[in-house]
Amino acid sequence: MFFLKQIEDFFCYVGNIISFIKEIFYWLFTKKRDLKSLGREIIFVGIDSFFLVSLIALFIGMIIAFQTAYQLQQFKSEIHLASLVALSLVRELGPVIAALIVAARSGASITAGIGSMKISEQVDALEVFGVEPIDYLVVPKFIALVVCLPVLVIYADLLGIFGGYLVGSLKFSMPFGLYMRMTIESLGVIDIANGLVKSLFFGSIIAFVCCFEGFRPFSSIDVSKVVTRSIVRSFILIIVFDCILTAFFYFI
Amino acid sequence: MIKLNNVQRSFGEKNVLKGVNLNINKGETFLLIGRSGAGKTVLLKTILGLLRPDSGTISIDSQEITQLSKSRLEKIRLKFGLVFQNSALFDFLTVWENVSFFLKQHTDMSRKDMRKKVSQTLALVGLADIEDMYPYELSGGMRKRVAIARAIIYNPKIVIYDEPTTGIDPIAVDKIVSLIKDLHKRLSVTSLVVTHDLETGLKIADRVAFLLGGKIIFEGKKEDVKNTKDKRLLQFIQGVSGGPIKEMEV
Repeated sequence: MFFLKQIEDFFCYVGNIISFIKEIFYWLFTKKRDLKSLGREIIFVGIDSFFLVSLIALFIGMIIAFQTAYQLQQFKSEIHLASLVALSLVRELGPVIAALIVAARSGASITAGIGSMKISEQVDALEVFGVEPIDYLVVPKFIALVVCLPVLVIYADLLGIFGGYLVGSLKFSMPFGLYMRMTIESLGVIDIANGLVKSLFFGSIIAFVCCFEGFRPFSSIDVSKVVTRSIVRSFILIIVFDCILTAFFYFI
Repeated sequence: MIKLNNVQRSFGEKNVLKGVNLNINKGETFLLIGRSGAGKTVLLKTILGLLRPDSGTISIDSQEITQLSKSRLEKIRLKFGLVFQNSALFDFLTVWENVSFFLKQHTDMSRKDMRKKVSQTLALVGLADIEDMYPYELSGGMRKRVAIARAIIYNPKIVIYDEPTTGIDPIAVDKIVSLIKDLHKRLSVTSLVVTHDLETGLKIADRVAFLLGGKIIFEGKKEDVKNTKDKRLLQFIQGVSGGPIKEMEV
């Protein structure tokens, strides 16, 4: 019985989130956007995340470079360091790392913000004033995430590549020009498209899950629960969709 | 003006409203009392169409609203101005943005006219020079006043106050009571006050209803409350724990 209840709850959740996504797209194309609130969300999701993304992307780039260099040294192929760092970052780690950072930082805050608005009746107040909460609260966050995440991914890729260059330069005395030429030559359009498509999916996942969970608490004690749940579910879905999209780009 | 007929609403296993009948006339100040957790706020949200009843009918201005679509309900809702229990001011907006929220969303009023209207409405509730402050910078009483200003700025026909005196000091309570009476006269609206504070409520009301166990067990003029022989209402008025109202019967 417990197992059946779990299955029923799962399908209920999926059904609810699908109708939530339908409503987001309905409102996305129905009303003119308030640029002030959109700007506020873009600053919060994108610009405020730059420092954290910079720090982590730089170190991830250096870590990949050290790890790759360690293996390449055994084959005396250190020259390929730049291409391997670039490919790992642009195709895989850049989008995933940026998405996980944004989910943890902005996603948690989005869920907590909407959740506290719900329990303090601010969401009801919106409805009383004839304003659809999904349109007013969710759509600007969705747009901000879908616009900012690709930008953050490109930025994370560049910083990571620079981190790789620091290792290549200090450990193997690779000149900047050579490192960059090896990086550019190794990257095709499909690799860059791969990273950007993933970032669009991940931005949407964070918006859907974190906003949806934000509308679910009924008391203040529920807020911490839904924040944890939204982060866990975003992380899982980001990794699952990363696997699916990686397989898709591998086969096309 | 507002008519409820056998309205029922439950949440899972819990029946909160078990057949509520209520009639609120145009232009009166109606007081809905009940213990904390009796379902007063649920009843309010049902009247506003924020919650759909499981059964029963609700008429606003002779229009049945329980079967209306979401968009038509939104239009009906604009007849109401609601002052929420904890004010429910948007905490990311300033006082000026909160009070002008409706005008910005639903009218083409210029910013200058909006500023003027907001200042006038704030003056009406006894506030000035706080437009650029955020809700967290205000006292409880001031937040209530801002919430009232936000609710009346678009001249609604019905103003609903949900626990208007909860969480504020006795002097602020008296000011809010005077303000509600004053606004009722000046704006010629129908007022619905929902509270568990009978003493304060009776200073405002023309008629009173008592919600207990998911039903209205008393409805009458405020003079009738003082002369009631209903033991449950008497227990509520006297505020004693022993009596016919059992602990679980909210």
